[in-house]
Amino acid sequence: MKNARIRVLVAKPGLDGHDRGAKVIARALRDAGMEVIYTGLRQTPEQIVETAIQEDVNVIGLSILSGAHMYLFPKIMELLAEKEATDILVIAGGIIPNEDIAELKKVGIKEIFTPGTDTNKIVKFIKENIEITKT
Amino acid sequence: MDLGTRVRQGDTRAVAKLITLVENDFQHAQKALKDLHQYCGKAIVIGITGPPGSGKSTITDRLTQHIRKIGKKVGIIAIDPSSPFTGGAILGDRIRMQDLATDQEVFIRSIGTRGHLGGLSRSTQAIVKIMDAMGKDIIFIETVGVGQSEIEVIKVSDIILLVTIPGMGDDIQALKAGIMEIGDIFVVNKADRDGADKLITEIEMMIHLNGEGKKNPPIIKTVGIENIGIAQLWKEIERLIVELEENGQIYQRRRNRVRKEIFDLFQENWKDMFFQLIGEANLEREVEKVLKQENDPYCAVEKLTEKFKKKIFQGGNNIV
Amino acid sequence: MNYQGKKRIEEVKKQWESNLLNKVLKKFSERKNTFVTGSNKEINRLYDPLDLESFDYVDDLGYPGEYPYTRGVQPTMYRGKLWTMRQYAGFGDAEESNKRYQYLLQNGQTGLSIAFDLPTQIGYDSTHPMAHGEVGKVGVAIDTLEDMEILFSGIPLDQVSTSMTINAPAAVLLAMYIAIAEKQGISKTELNGTIQNDILKEYVARGTYIFPPLPSMRLITDIFDYCSKELPKWNTISISGYHIREAGSTAIQEIAFTLANGIAYVSAATKKGLDIDIFAPRLSFFFNAHNDLFEEVAKFRAARRLWAKIMKERFRAKDPKSMMLRFHTQTAGCTLTAQQPDNNVVRVAIQALAAVLGGTQSLHTNSRDEALSLPSQKSVRIALRTQQIIAYESGVAETVDPMAGSYYLEKLTTEIEQGAMDYINQIDKLGGAPKAIEKGFIQKEIQNSAYKYQKDIENKERIIVGVNQFQSEEEPMKDLLKVNPEIEKRQAEKLNSIKKRRNEAEVQENLSLLKKIASSEQNVMPAILSCVRSYATLGEVCDQLREVFGEYKDSIKI
Ligand code: B12
Ligand SMILES: Nc1nc2c(ncn2[C@@H]2O[C@H](COP(=O)(O)OP(=O)(O)OP(=O)(O)O)[C@@H](O)[C@H]2O)c(=O)[nH]1
Ligand SMILES: [Mg+2]
Repeated sequence: MKNARIRVLVAKPGLDGHDRGAKVIARALRDAGMEVIYTGLRQTPEQIVETAIQEDVNVIGLSILSGAHMYLFPKIMELLAEKEATDILVIAGGIIPNEDIAELKKVGIKEIFTPGTDTNKIVKFIKENIEITKT
Repeated sequence: MDLGTRVRQGDTRAVAKLITLVENDFQHAQKALKDLHQYCGKAIVIGITGPPGSGKSTITDRLTQHIRKIGKKVGIIAIDPSSPFTGGAILGDRIRMQDLATDQEVFIRSIGTRGHLGGLSRSTQAIVKIMDAMGKDIIFIETVGVGQSEIEVIKVSDIILLVTIPGMGDDIQALKAGIMEIGDIFVVNKADRDGADKLITEIEMMIHLNGEGKKNPPIIKTVGIENIGIAQLWKEIERLIVELEENGQIYQRRRNRVRKEIFDLFQENWKDMFFQLIGEANLEREVEKVLKQENDPYCAVEKLTEKFKKKIFQGGNNIV
Repeated sequence: MNYQGKKRIEEVKKQWESNLLNKVLKKFSERKNTFVTGSNKEINRLYDPLDLESFDYVDDLGYPGEYPYTRGVQPTMYRGKLWTMRQYAGFGDAEESNKRYQYLLQNGQTGLSIAFDLPTQIGYDSTHPMAHGEVGKVGVAIDTLEDMEILFSGIPLDQVSTSMTINAPAAVLLAMYIAIAEKQGISKTELNGTIQNDILKEYVARGTYIFPPLPSMRLITDIFDYCSKELPKWNTISISGYHIREAGSTAIQEIAFTLANGIAYVSAATKKGLDIDIFAPRLSFFFNAHNDLFEEVAKFRAARRLWAKIMKERFRAKDPKSMMLRFHTQTAGCTLTAQQPDNNVVRVAIQALAAVLGGTQSLHTNSRDEALSLPSQKSVRIALRTQQIIAYESGVAETVDPMAGSYYLEKLTTEIEQGAMDYINQIDKLGGAPKAIEKGFIQKEIQNSAYKYQKDIENKERIIVGVNQFQSEEEPMKDLLKVNPEIEKRQAEKLNSIKKRRNEAEVQENLSLLKKIASSEQNVMPAILSCVRSYATLGEVCDQLREVFGEYKDSIKI
């Protein structure tokens, strides 16, 4: 593809106000040549899924540090399935206990990045896990 | 079902995918665009431009909320600059429009300029068509925050709102040179701040200076964040649309638009043809010679043109 | 320094440089080309009296308890009374949190600090759709006065000082606190504590806003006004740099943006006609204690001096109490790592030391499991013990401002003050903190610093032990705190039951009265008090205000 860019939605679901990490990630992905859409705090699962579809992103990056991930993440995956948009790569980060990571991967979240992750590792993961040639 | 049909039925996913195709690989998108063209031409395209941070996104959001109440279907194209170094971009306009995210009759697409100058992306016009074909009544195009030369929005819009704010100081003088001339309606946003009336006076003076018998564009005061002036702004837009339709302006603008479109497409094709027929290697060879002072660029172009013509003459079939 | 003395030092220094230093440098280069503080300010090889040429002891430091308060706000500091040890805590429901508070008090904690869950902080009842999955997760869930009664049961409110981290709905929680004091038979004038009530930093760093800035500022000045008449011992605001720093700012930015916010509050209150010397003594501050020990100590001292000058020179305060910057400190959570969590105990000890050497009035020490979950009981105990060791074993509390006079420290103090002042001037030019926030200026500055911090770690320009160097294999930490998932249901049941038991007509009447008053210029506090007394829910009260004030939305581009 001539002019393709990886498009990513970085989203903060729920009431969580911790946005330092999400904003750092957004910038790091931009500096890696991606187009990053950031929609701000307090997004509902419905808003996130609808935005991802309209923006035709390759990746949804979710960030939660406030403990509500076991409700909000699966809800988002459910809506994506409902909209037949499971081709979108979903990754996440934040404060996610080990035992929850396993469960979240079961519902389709491809990878979860916890504190201390190098952003280059995230860039690499995205590049290795999406197919940019899809249309 | 093919992409074009799905687009016409308003299938959000299909629209989103086609826009991506248009952005990434225009040549391949052309087939679908051809099919869609006959369904275009119904939407009114409103360009929203102005300096960075003047409230373009806020106004777009509020206008959309306002006209959703009277049932208008809305498409929004929000453009942000891409980094010239990495090609990456943070597309942030949408952050102010998220109340609209789940409204099925509103379609928002954020796009990066991807190296295109002029305040839009190369794909903007095609995206307008797609939204038009999907049945949107109104399409807003929010340009990047402009200085003075990014006036390309004029080439894709039926009417243009120029959003200004008080306290821009001398900026208004700088704006005068370029974008002040393209506004069909002046929006003085952030009228909650000091200096709104002063700005209006300044704008009025400037318009008078422009003179030449043109009708003076209306100036509307708004406070975007508080939804003040939005209804009046919309009334003014509607009135102006009627006026411009009646006096043939919209027709003229669309005519110019189509002419430009044909010419641009032709240029694109021509450029592609050049590379296919002449090839990167030939070009590089000439570049090398010019650098070494073995040739000058003018003769190089003549030579390449001759070669190009010959190839075409030989029957450069199926090259497009 | 007199001329002779200066000459002599310069001479000796020159000789030292040529005879010794340069020779050593030729043979052994230093570890790095440049050395910088935690906030990227370049650090010289060493500091000497020449660095303090324009330093004036009396003007720049003076004596503790006196203007400009560089050395502290009390003349005897910790020789008189140690700082208040106050661990931020709260999770699940009121009953569970009450247990944790009792535990902390039994273990020698001297003040309470309440963490509310996010729905409470954002003015939603536990049954609100947006609250789904968030109830009790990161703080205690409070829906009605009944929850507050349980939260403080067995804790006599005239004997503890209570700090509540509550901002947008501060007026509501304060009203509930007053109402339970009434029930305990304690007079309002006895109540001692703090509400955070600092909305400006919510827009830039913390995110629990509800209303737009203008009506939010009005709520704050209403509280100032009410408390100056009714709750003389209450700290009406805790102007917070902590969150700004945690969002990624540098030390200088922390001070600059916090004091700029402070200036905005003082201006708003004086504009409303409040007497500065009546409300200003009740202002308090909240700062971060980060890793760089010297820079942090200097920061606290610089903040005190700068605020004193601002209050005296800019606002013409007369009462010395108006000029005193009193502050709470929390150690920097963002420095604590998920890797090798026990190392965090050491980090916290250094940071807590900085806070004490910087003259803090109260202190929260973070727990070693900070980057993993809310602190377990055991981790909190270690954190509390860390403060106690500093207080009782290290000896640093036995004299006032022990680091004063260090060439390096005094130089840093001046530089930080100067750097912060430059920012404040810039913010003034933009029209003050609220305008600078609206323009996204402060947010952008913080984001740039946060991004640089991350990149510095990734480029190994900043070493974090266990993260980008000295990594080791480890067992995952055990016994992490897990919040009971049944809380949400329990909370909903409690809420429904109270709604059945309360006098509905009275509630509705109080709510509509509140709405009327919110639309007027009158102080909202009394109306909110009536609402909570009648067991109106937090969400109901906030909804009335939402209808009048509107809602703020996150809207600043990255
Ligand atoms: C900074 C911080 C704050 C700041 C937030 C500033 C801001 N604007 O972001 C302040 C001080 C305001 C704050 C407040 C609160 N905090 Co806090 N905070 C932290 C802290 C110390 C660091 C988080 C951080 O920013 N780290 C730096 C960034 C760069 O790292 P990061 O976010 O982890 O991101 C990395 C990865 O996780 C991952 N990642 C993150 N997001 C994403 C997204 C994608 C798409 C990808 C691919 C990767 C990814 O990649 C990043 C790079 O490595 C953590 C503890 C800790 N050390 O982690 C507590 C912590 C998250 N906070 C906590 C709590 C409870 C709160 C409060 C709710 C307390 C209260 N009751 O009031 C408040 C309210 C905040 C709110 N509105 O939601 C708890 C959460 C507990 C839980 N989940 O069970 C923690 C874990 C502390 C603790 N142990 O108690 N906090
Ligand atoms: N005081 C005031 N602020 C406003 C008003 N309208 C918008 N704003 C604020 O101005 C800032 C910029 O608004 P945007 O709508 O993002 O402006 P923009 O022109 O789209 O900005 P760019 O796309 O970045 O060029 C935001 O903080 C808005 O909240 C208004 O009428 N009054
Ligand atoms: Mg915009």
